[in-house]
Amino acid sequence: MKKSILPFVIIGAVFVVSIGVSVWLFNQGPKTDSGNTNGVNGPGKLNPDNLPKGAEPPRSEGTAGAKVVLEEFGDFQCPPCGAFHPDAKQIVREFGDRIQFIFRNNPLRIHQHAYDAARAAEAAGIQGKYWEMHDKIYDNQATWSTSPDPRNEFDNYARLLGLNVEQFRGDRVGEMVNSRVAADMRRATAMGVTGTPTVFLNGRKLEFEDTNAARLRILINEELKK
Amino acid sequence: MKRSVPASSSGRRVNFIYPLIALVSLIGLVDGLYLTILHLQHKNAPCGEAFDCTSVLTSDYATIKGIPLGAFGALAYFTVFSFALLITFGYERLRIHLLLLTVLMALMSGYLLYVQAFVLKHFCQWCLLSAGVTLVLLLLTVTARLIGRKNT
Repeated sequence: MKKSILPFVIIGAVFVVSIGVSVWLFNQGPKTDSGNTNGVNGPGKLNPDNLPKGAEPPRSEGTAGAKVVLEEFGDFQCPPCGAFHPDAKQIVREFGDRIQFIFRNNPLRIHQHAYDAARAAEAAGIQGKYWEMHDKIYDNQATWSTSPDPRNEFDNYARLLGLNVEQFRGDRVGEMVNSRVAADMRRATAMGVTGTPTVFLNGRKLEFEDTNAARLRILINEELKK
Repeated sequence: MKRSVPASSSGRRVNFIYPLIALVSLIGLVDGLYLTILHLQHKNAPCGEAFDCTSVLTSDYATIKGIPLGAFGALAYFTVFSFALLITFGYERLRIHLLLLTVLMALMSGYLLYVQAFVLKHFCQWCLLSAGVTLVLLLLTVTARLIGRKNT
């Protein structure tokens, strides 16, 4: 019987379609890089009630329920997030109780140790030192980012902060920490966050160019006047 | 390549199973490609409440020499698709190759399930989907093989 070429045609077609669709999808998706939020900043304001809430209670400073809510989705290993960190702190210092600043974890896959860092900060939070660890991790980003296993560095920070290091190590891989990070990431996905830092001001995604103290000061004052 | 077209009723049943295997393997192919694209885009996979895809997909077990397991999976599913389609068109000799391939894939899936359950202690829904597809492929291939044997 003469061999049919049909199966080879189908196999070839499936191969070509698979590769073609994959390349197309790859090019469609935003090329996420640390700090690059180009193309993902929509002008629309999101309704937070319709979205996954993220970790509850959130890691926040200022006043819960304040008129102005600044919500950052950050990755501890992303350099622009590290650069934004002092600006965020300054804004929190300046506006105090008039705003609520929320930090949410969105460790990106591109950063090998970002997930561990997010866990470390959350684990410190269980012992009441979230923001202290948050600051330590950002302040020393250049050091632990290049370490083959930064967990030792995080243990040192825990020691310096006076935490129970044994508990810290256990909490870091525990269910509570894990579910908090996962909840934040689900919220990030729902809010269309693909790069970091991505900052929302009262539910409106800010342009990356607006994520500095000078621009935030203006934008927050505008919101406060409304 | 030796090619023959089975004509018996059992043969027709077998012929029904192999196209089904080809179809099911496409689900695995899409799953593998999806995970590979996400990996290349450095994006986190969307994940359900009960899962922790990022833990699993960023673990040391998620890549081999920097190549995501999803890519190996996609290649394996594409090979299963090709073999099943060729068998459907009468390339009987590939039956044993397909059986060996699906057994190998099932063993790999079993190992990865073990890693998720006991090492990482987290599951990824996309990995579970792949494991499910592999299991179905193995069952279908074994069934087709048994029916084929009974027929001879």
